[in-house]
Amino acid sequence: MKFGVVVFPGSNCDHDTYYALKEVYKLEVDYIWHKETALSSYDCIILPGGFSYGDYLRPGAIARFSPVMQSVIKFAHKGGLVLGICNGFQILMEAGLLPGAMLRNKTLKFICQDVHIRVEDNQNPFTTLCRKGEVLRLPIAHKDGNYFADARMMEELKKNQQIIFRYCTPDGTLTEEANLNGALDYVAGICNRERNVLGLMPHPERCAESILGNEDGKRIFDSIINYLSEEK
Amino acid sequence: MKAKVFVTFKEGVLDPQGKTIKNAIVSLGFEGVEDVRQGKYFELTLDDLPKEKAGKLVKEIAEKILTNPIIEEFKYHIE
Repeated sequence: MKFGVVVFPGSNCDHDTYYALKEVYKLEVDYIWHKETALSSYDCIILPGGFSYGDYLRPGAIARFSPVMQSVIKFAHKGGLVLGICNGFQILMEAGLLPGAMLRNKTLKFICQDVHIRVEDNQNPFTTLCRKGEVLRLPIAHKDGNYFADARMMEELKKNQQIIFRYCTPDGTLTEEANLNGALDYVAGICNRERNVLGLMPHPERCAESILGNEDGKRIFDSIINYLSEEK
Repeated sequence: MKAKVFVTFKEGVLDPQGKTIKNAIVSLGFEGVEDVRQGKYFELTLDDLPKEKAGKLVKEIAEKILTNPIIEEFKYHIE
């Protein structure tokens, strides 16, 4: 089982993601510089958080033209697992692998704090071990996490159960107060129709070790690892 | 020759920055401003191309990179 963490100029959660997989899980993982294009030896590609290309133009707008992205698109179309965290999620949307776009947070502020998200679906490789309705506490750190999709896209997302995580209160209730960035329909994470590409704004890699005081992020990594080991 | 491209949010897309700017205008005491939508402005310096060709080029660039068609739309003119 081999993971690849893509590094764009301006990525800044690449080390945390690499560390979680390498040191916490003792798995094989490589950094993949954004100019590389060979991905066939990997089982899961992760686009990490950060500010690729300084968020110039729009978050993810320039990174999608990096050479590696053509390979990520091919990898995803062949069924490979692709996880986009925060800026990685934004890049996946700009690249057309996930529907929707991010607007500036409703408060116009950069928000860096723990939030709660509800697992809405476990019929996908990224939440296989989670219960439907389970609440996870994960940190967010972004200014552009106000999810938007037009009415037609939203209908498709709901119809195909592509909304995987929604912002909620600690007891799992959907409220506007818990939806700090103002995301449409409380969306915190979605997958593609084929369910092999997932993007989420919160950072599981920042809470995947007990010394950090929170291991909820492991629920997602455990699920991916479980899915990949059952597949083999 | 120059191309000027104006990018704004589509109708119906929330523009939190525009809203905040509008509130600031109102709190400064200005009257008569109903709404503010903010956007981006790009100035592209082009080779001297026939105007039609330049228009086609600018349109393609705007569609491909300057805007995200899910949330934004654009207008341009060439001088």
